[in-house]
Amino acid sequence: MIAIDTVRRLQAVLPPHCLLLAREDVKPFETDGLTAYRNTPDAVALPETEEQVKQVLAACRETGTPVVFRGAGTGLSGGALPVDGAVLLAMTKFGRILEIDPLARIARVQPGVRNLAISEAAAQYGLYYAPDPSSQIACSIGGNVAENSGGVHCLKYGLTVHNVLALRALTIEGEELVIGQGALDMPGYDLIALMTGSEGMLAVILEITVKLLPKPERTQVILAAFDDVGKGGAAVGAIIRGGVLPAGLEMMDKLAIEAAEAFVHAGYPLDAEAILLVEVDGTQEEVSEDVMRVRDILLASGATEVRTAKDESEQRKFWAGRKAAFPAVGRLSPDYYCMDGTIPRKTLPAVLTRIAELSREYALPVANVFHAGDGNLHPLILYDANLPGATEKAERLGADILELCVEHGGTITGEHGVGLEKIDQMCVQFAPAELEAFHGVKACFDPDGLLNPGKAVPTLHRCAEYGAMHVRGGALPFPELPRF
Amino acid sequence: MPTELQEIIRSTKAPLVIRAGGSKDWYGENIAGEVLDVSALRGIVSYEPGELVLTAKCGTKLSEIEALLDRHGQMLGFEPPRFSPASTLGGTLACGFSGPRRAYAGSARDFVLGMEILDGNGNHLRFGGQVMKNVAGYDVSRLMVGALGTLGVLLSASLKVLPRPQAELTLQFECGEDEAIRRMNEWAGRPLPLSATAWLSGVLSVRLSGAQSAVAAAHRKLGGETNPRGEEFWAGLRDHGAAFFGDGATLWRLSLPSATPPLGLPGKQLITWGGAERWLKSDAPAAEVRARAAAHGGHATIYAGDKSTGVFPPLPAALMKYQQRMKRQFDPRAILNRGRMYSAF
Repeated sequence: MIAIDTVRRLQAVLPPHCLLLAREDVKPFETDGLTAYRNTPDAVALPETEEQVKQVLAACRETGTPVVFRGAGTGLSGGALPVDGAVLLAMTKFGRILEIDPLARIARVQPGVRNLAISEAAAQYGLYYAPDPSSQIACSIGGNVAENSGGVHCLKYGLTVHNVLALRALTIEGEELVIGQGALDMPGYDLIALMTGSEGMLAVILEITVKLLPKPERTQVILAAFDDVGKGGAAVGAIIRGGVLPAGLEMMDKLAIEAAEAFVHAGYPLDAEAILLVEVDGTQEEVSEDVMRVRDILLASGATEVRTAKDESEQRKFWAGRKAAFPAVGRLSPDYYCMDGTIPRKTLPAVLTRIAELSREYALPVANVFHAGDGNLHPLILYDANLPGATEKAERLGADILELCVEHGGTITGEHGVGLEKIDQMCVQFAPAELEAFHGVKACFDPDGLLNPGKAVPTLHRCAEYGAMHVRGGALPFPELPRF
Repeated sequence: MPTELQEIIRSTKAPLVIRAGGSKDWYGENIAGEVLDVSALRGIVSYEPGELVLTAKCGTKLSEIEALLDRHGQMLGFEPPRFSPASTLGGTLACGFSGPRRAYAGSARDFVLGMEILDGNGNHLRFGGQVMKNVAGYDVSRLMVGALGTLGVLLSASLKVLPRPQAELTLQFECGEDEAIRRMNEWAGRPLPLSATAWLSGVLSVRLSGAQSAVAAAHRKLGGETNPRGEEFWAGLRDHGAAFFGDGATLWRLSLPSATPPLGLPGKQLITWGGAERWLKSDAPAAEVRARAAAHGGHATIYAGDKSTGVFPPLPAALMKYQQRMKRQFDPRAILNRGRMYSAF
């Protein structure tokens, strides 16, 4: 429970409409996009000015109250999940696009601006903001920075970290950090790299300057069907070895295809074991050449069918199925749990085979949607939360899948973040000394550990209890700690 | 090899100067200490053309990496400078150096996927990985890029690589500085296959890269004279072999928002990176150069000449405070390249 003293301090620095305390008011903030986790916050601060943000942080620092930052609340790893006794500081009201400079191709925005709103505002200049997480109509750019969000075009255009030019941030100690001002690099350490993806553990972001890119002259989408998932995976490698860098390269397995087709009638071939969607963009000439090359490579890789979208409406249809894959799978089952591992692409057949085995062992269906270009796998575990123990079972299967990704040289999270959801799997991916280095980085910016405590980086004790320690060179770390 | 380095780091009483090929000894503040020779960390650990990922030990020569990539039709997208044949991957990443393609393809830091390092306590740490998307833990591997070895000894790095464009063409346009900056920025806002731009001695040079037909079409749109020695021209800018760099004058590198108007500082200037990087040979007082860059939201670094006013621009107090803490965290005894960037770390 939050201390009454803290509440009084907050009431002193925020006008009444910027501080929610009543249970019915704070209830909507109990979860983010990872709705399986819920925790009703004691207090929600919705400041309107930077001075108020500063005052809220000061109040929290002086009273030793933890703070959890929140953007639009669409995150998928529980990064904005309230923590007991903490103030939830939502940056939603910082929704202004401060500047768009079409000549310099930058947008300076407040953290609460929606991802898509930046591209919409830049469209009149023929420009757009490249990272496009699937939640882009709702998610905020501040949240994108906190999570280093990706999307379907990362192979060619990068993640958030590649598209941010400058940040203004405020530390819990009340110091404002001006990190870059629009040049391509800055003196000292690269704090943009450090802040991006730091999951609200280091500082609150006040302002972001992002890079805008010219909209490609032309975009073309090719759909290819395969009678075997491995062949589809091999085709991806062949396209890239062939010298094409597609803007988007997506793969769906049979269950995902069926679900999407039933939902949006995208025209996907239902007899396929896997389909690939290949988007190429660039100038007219470039796209024409790439389409020919990609078609040839797909056919040589054993595609049973290759279709090039005839026009824009067919392109949209091809994409519609992929973009609707999550809700489409959601129709097959009362609940689904979306995982987010990344693997080296060549290990895809082995990983999918093992996921299929695990799916049988757990008796839970898994549909696979894959950002194949960058190796980011989103297995969707289907379950029914109303059945006793089903949620826990789905979580255990998810954990097994993530550990499988690490085993194959990959990572437990490609773009959703660790948050609370994958905190135990951090113990599998990182050795104790590395986790200690992460804690050390946090301590530099947040010595009292008040920002988003308990998220993103597990304590070594937690790892010992989880029992799935990262074992390197056969040496079990912390032999002195008891194991359960 | 890492074990031997670990031993040295753990047992040393004196500060260490990390060194492999030594081609960038001149960069940063002059420092004294015992040389920690990392040139034996050599070799490409893995390379998968179909994954667009290469992992190499940090003492590996850039030339070796580039030759291998070239055989598979790929390249380092950030076009790192090769100041000498001895230039290594580790030195390049530690300095955070990128070449002409940087404004269009990304920087050294952008292409880093993961790293293994030894921190100042000799701990062997791995961050990031060999995959394009990875948000587990803080991005410590990218933090190492440009840190000048002050946070850790770089052991190996995994990089994203890019397919080499089928065709490249260099166009030239005679124009003044103002006009060059405007064109560089306007063209970058259009869907053109730009991969490098430079303005030097009243000539704007533009490199186009991509499919043959796309390069030809862009040439038709932009006009300009073809430079038949384009490859040589860009290599001269990339590796600082061009005559502009060679005369021993004080050389500044200014990093600025790309649309910054002409700075009006005395001396000779080379503009690259679509206007975002400006090389200046000038006798103007350091304070004036720094102030002018800062007024436009940029900063100025001394590449050659009198270092007495500091190679790097002073950091604002708040940034200095947190970066000093980071230094203490990774290297509590301050033995790694102490003072190479700032005297405080």
